[in-house]
Amino acid sequence: MTVKQISVFLENRPGALAEFTKILEKSNIDLRALSLAESEDFGIVRVIVDNPFDTIQILKDEGYVCSITKVIAVEIEDKPGALVNMLNILGDNKVNLEYSYAFLAKKANSAFMVFRVADNDKAIRVLTENGIRPICHEDMEQLFK
Amino acid sequence: MEHYFDPKVECASREQITAWQNERLVRQVERVYNNVPYYKKKMDELGVRPEHIHGIEDLHLLPTLSKDDLRDQYPYGLMAAPLSDCVRIHSTSGTTGRRVVAFYTQNDVDLWEECCARALAAAGATKDDVVQVCYGYGLFTGGAGLHGGSHKLGSLTLPMSSGNTDRQLQFMTDLGTTILCCTPSYAAYLSESVNERGLKNRIKLKAGIFGAEAWTEEMRRDIEKGLGIKAYDIYGLTEISGPGVAYECSAQNGMHVNEDHFIVETINPKTGEPVPHGQKGELVFTSITKEAFPLIRYRTKDIGILYDEPCSCGRTHVRMSKPMGRSDDMLIVKGVNVFPSQIETVLMNCGYPANYQIIVTRTGSSDRIEVQVEMTPEMFSDSLSEVAGREKQLVSALKAMLGIYCVVKLVAPKSITRSEGKAKRVIDKRNLYVNSADPASTDPAAN
Ligand SMILES: [Zn+2]
Repeated sequence: MTVKQISVFLENRPGALAEFTKILEKSNIDLRALSLAESEDFGIVRVIVDNPFDTIQILKDEGYVCSITKVIAVEIEDKPGALVNMLNILGDNKVNLEYSYAFLAKKANSAFMVFRVADNDKAIRVLTENGIRPICHEDMEQLFK
Repeated sequence: MEHYFDPKVECASREQITAWQNERLVRQVERVYNNVPYYKKKMDELGVRPEHIHGIEDLHLLPTLSKDDLRDQYPYGLMAAPLSDCVRIHSTSGTTGRRVVAFYTQNDVDLWEECCARALAAAGATKDDVVQVCYGYGLFTGGAGLHGGSHKLGSLTLPMSSGNTDRQLQFMTDLGTTILCCTPSYAAYLSESVNERGLKNRIKLKAGIFGAEAWTEEMRRDIEKGLGIKAYDIYGLTEISGPGVAYECSAQNGMHVNEDHFIVETINPKTGEPVPHGQKGELVFTSITKEAFPLIRYRTKDIGILYDEPCSCGRTHVRMSKPMGRSDDMLIVKGVNVFPSQIETVLMNCGYPANYQIIVTRTGSSDRIEVQVEMTPEMFSDSLSEVAGREKQLVSALKAMLGIYCVVKLVAPKSITRSEGKAKRVIDKRNLYVNSADPASTDPAAN
């Protein structure tokens, strides 16, 4: 019940992100989500795509350093306090977030949160115990079909 | 138990060593002045005559000699003995210009081999050992030097020369080699091969002497672990005889210089001024016993540190550090001497590739040094704090090694420009050399 995220090392210079996205476009890779983290001298771009394994190969061929990480993706219910509730469940159970970001699935007309945690199994357990079901990569693909 | 080849010499008192050096230097200077017109000319130019040299305290009066002098005087210009007394030559590879040919009398060969025998003994070799020499034989001094040293010691000598790994491993296992002599890179390769082929429990190696190339402490650890041995460094240059000018002992903490044959100094590479022991300087050697091709104050361009402190092995000869770089590569940043090889060592110890570039800039009167390092899959993570944390560790390690703060910049793989397959390591944009005779010191293309 995890989604495969690709993380890519980017130099901190103008045009680096544009070059990267151009490669995805050129290779007909469908981008589901993108988040960028930057330090003073480098960046890490994290993407969720339709076909992570092909994408990783393409990026490696292009000379990028990248890795696959399993992350947790959860739909945010369309009602007040839904996100806070979810974060509280994780926090109360001492699941530390390394980082998180959101994406939209237009066809399904819904919003999703992505969580990167140290212990995926634990996070999945506490979420499901509280009636929240993380989606897997195939589930996610259905949202975009 | 510490092994010595010639304990009376290796553990002689400082007074005794100085007495030998004084006497031999005076004699050597007299010989070269009277037999080598080039030395006479250089000394006359400085107004120094042999009678001015009473001992090592007068060494600094003598002119230094560079590789260019050797090339100029190729092939016979620096010979101090008749050709009929010579029995051998060796030669440098000539990769950086014209070859240098060094001549040896029989006595020169004997003394050189004794130096190598001391190095082997310090690594634990005795007459009962099997010494596998896989340095190249031929013009290169590596094979001949260790081969001769092993003979002097009475060890069984395997004159393998370099290459043919299958045969190396076969002899190593069949004949029970105990001491391995080769370049550190070949030792690393042999270590890998031994482990890949599952031969670790069939080898009897206990030590290795690895020189003729720069290598790091990390390589030493890998080789020692891979082959289950102690790995010793050895130093020498064809110009001053070959391997065995200095060698490591059981303490593995600097190489003892054979001071009864060579006087070693450290000087400031820019000014030529003497540098005190304990501080970095260019290593300068004077061969005081060589007959055919004696070099007086030969500038090696190798940067090192000399240590006087007593050594746990009992030897009294001064120790030199592993060469830390070449004087031609030395940068002065914020008033501190920086050698690219120091940065390389830190990178490798921190797990980064040794492919890097140093960019030095100056704003006003303040220098900034940036070290660009290529990202690798091993050092990458999806977590920014993890990658940044490793980067911070690298900054601290550089600070500890160099004594100055460096800006680290992580760059994409293969983005550091390489010319002819070799990366340009240093880009100095400070234009400190605009009036220098060496236009290569600045790189206009880099701006
Ligand atoms: Zn010692």
